[in-house]
Amino acid sequence: MKPMFSPAEIRKDFPIFSKVMRGGNRLVYLDSGATSQKPRQVLDAERNFYEQSNAAVHRGAHLLAEEASIAYEGARQVLTNFLNAEVDEVVFTKSATESINALAYSIGNSENGSRFALKAGDRIVVSEIEHHANLIPWQLLAKRTGAELVWFSVDPDGRLDLSNLEELVNASTKIVAITHQSNVLGTIVPLKDIVSRAHAVGAVVVLDACQSAPHFAIDVKALDIDFLAFSAHKALGPTGIGILWGRREFLNSMEPFLTGGSMIESVTMTEAKWAPSPKRFEAGVPNMAQAVGFAAAINYLNELGMDNVAKHEHDLTSYALKKFLQLDKVEVIGPKNNVDRGSVISFTIDGIHPHDVGQVLDQYGVAVRTGHHCAWPLMRKLGLVGTTRASFYVYNDEADVDVLIDSILEAQKYFKG
Amino acid sequence: MELDSLYQEVILDHYKHPLNKKLSPTFTAQVHHVNPSCGDEITLNVNISDGIVTSVTWEGVGCSISQASTSIASDLMTGKNLDEALKIVESFSDLMSSKGTMAGDEDILEDGVALAGVSKFPARIKCALLGWMAFKDAAIQSSKN
Repeated sequence: MKPMFSPAEIRKDFPIFSKVMRGGNRLVYLDSGATSQKPRQVLDAERNFYEQSNAAVHRGAHLLAEEASIAYEGARQVLTNFLNAEVDEVVFTKSATESINALAYSIGNSENGSRFALKAGDRIVVSEIEHHANLIPWQLLAKRTGAELVWFSVDPDGRLDLSNLEELVNASTKIVAITHQSNVLGTIVPLKDIVSRAHAVGAVVVLDACQSAPHFAIDVKALDIDFLAFSAHKALGPTGIGILWGRREFLNSMEPFLTGGSMIESVTMTEAKWAPSPKRFEAGVPNMAQAVGFAAAINYLNELGMDNVAKHEHDLTSYALKKFLQLDKVEVIGPKNNVDRGSVISFTIDGIHPHDVGQVLDQYGVAVRTGHHCAWPLMRKLGLVGTTRASFYVYNDEADVDVLIDSILEAQKYFKG
Repeated sequence: MELDSLYQEVILDHYKHPLNKKLSPTFTAQVHHVNPSCGDEITLNVNISDGIVTSVTWEGVGCSISQASTSIASDLMTGKNLDEALKIVESFSDLMSSKGTMAGDEDILEDGVALAGVSKFPARIKCALLGWMAFKDAAIQSSKN
């Protein structure tokens, strides 16, 4: 355990922070909501896998195949512990996007009589703050099956309006797919009432944890959810690897989406039987080095301690919000108090398009996201063309926030008059 | 500062006082173009008669680069014959894909050369091209009608 939470010490583990940015500035990386940076420990784990243990997992009797399988299944165990799940419930995918799509297609492949089989009149519930990745797969599933897609609204403060929970999640509801934390607003969705209502009507809850799992401790048993998706690359890990977690009894009663090698129990020329989860959903040789890198990232976070990570980000968000609310002609889009709120701050500046804001910030070494953040319906609802978004992680500190605020003032000067 | 090569005074002027930013009530073609990566949108009307572009008008939301660039394009195209106009679009496209190696021909592109610096910022090239591509699309549709 590191004695104190020190972003300056943490940054030493990340080679990218020695890069010189535009204008000769240091990197102030405030775009972890899009993807996080990677510590040396993760890069080394991937390299070590390729240099020492590379072979196709679960095939072959040779030493490397054994080592590769042990490394890959070890990575699954790390993820299992991280989520307080069971090891056969953790499916490796290539991304959270793939996880949600695979789940939606698996549900769509269900035979009549299955609890997952959808028909006209059934209902899928989402929310207005969903990322496109947790919206479009459900739009398409609804279209394919004739099910109805309905959603929770967002209020002007960026919170979900749950006043019509019982009406929205009704007896026809089969799936409630919801984000844990808005990637645009930072809003953390209160799950307790949603989950108990969904279960009361026999629906399953699918949680998009992309913006939550990297930032605070997740316990799938305590949350009492049914499925969860998140990706490594937003959690200090590599691209190309994510997970789909689901309750064992559900995964083992579902039809797979991707089929091929590894996912079978037996095959004849005309038929195949599926292996149990997780293999059932892992057709083909998986992204092994990336799974190992994913585990290294989770180990890195575990060493920091997820509660320490959460506290650090919460404190930094409080500091940043206070500074933002003092700025003239700058509006924070999303909750202005730091309650049930993650470390994402979206904002607009009067008279300056987000793209231009991002360009000026870039001149000062500040990397932010601009635009609609893959949440176009939310932007339309809020009447915005886009926002500028700063998102914080373990390597950010108050000095980064200060550079951000100073750069915003520079942008206002640049575009004045 | 590097930023000044992107945000030339001419661009900021067009951004603050855009030309032809009011849709004409009639048109020979109308197009709606979107930049899906940033959400910028534009509606553009052209009137082309006897092979001459008689008006280019537009409405839309977007960053300073896309707004200024559309303003410049609309002004430049008005009064040109269609072939000439499409050649100018091509010349501007070449400038945008030059990665900062071309200054642009002022005799052809007029205020458009102020956008030469955009070619050094790959993320902004699509912003600069939005209005020009909309015009090209509209001009081709109009000539088919």
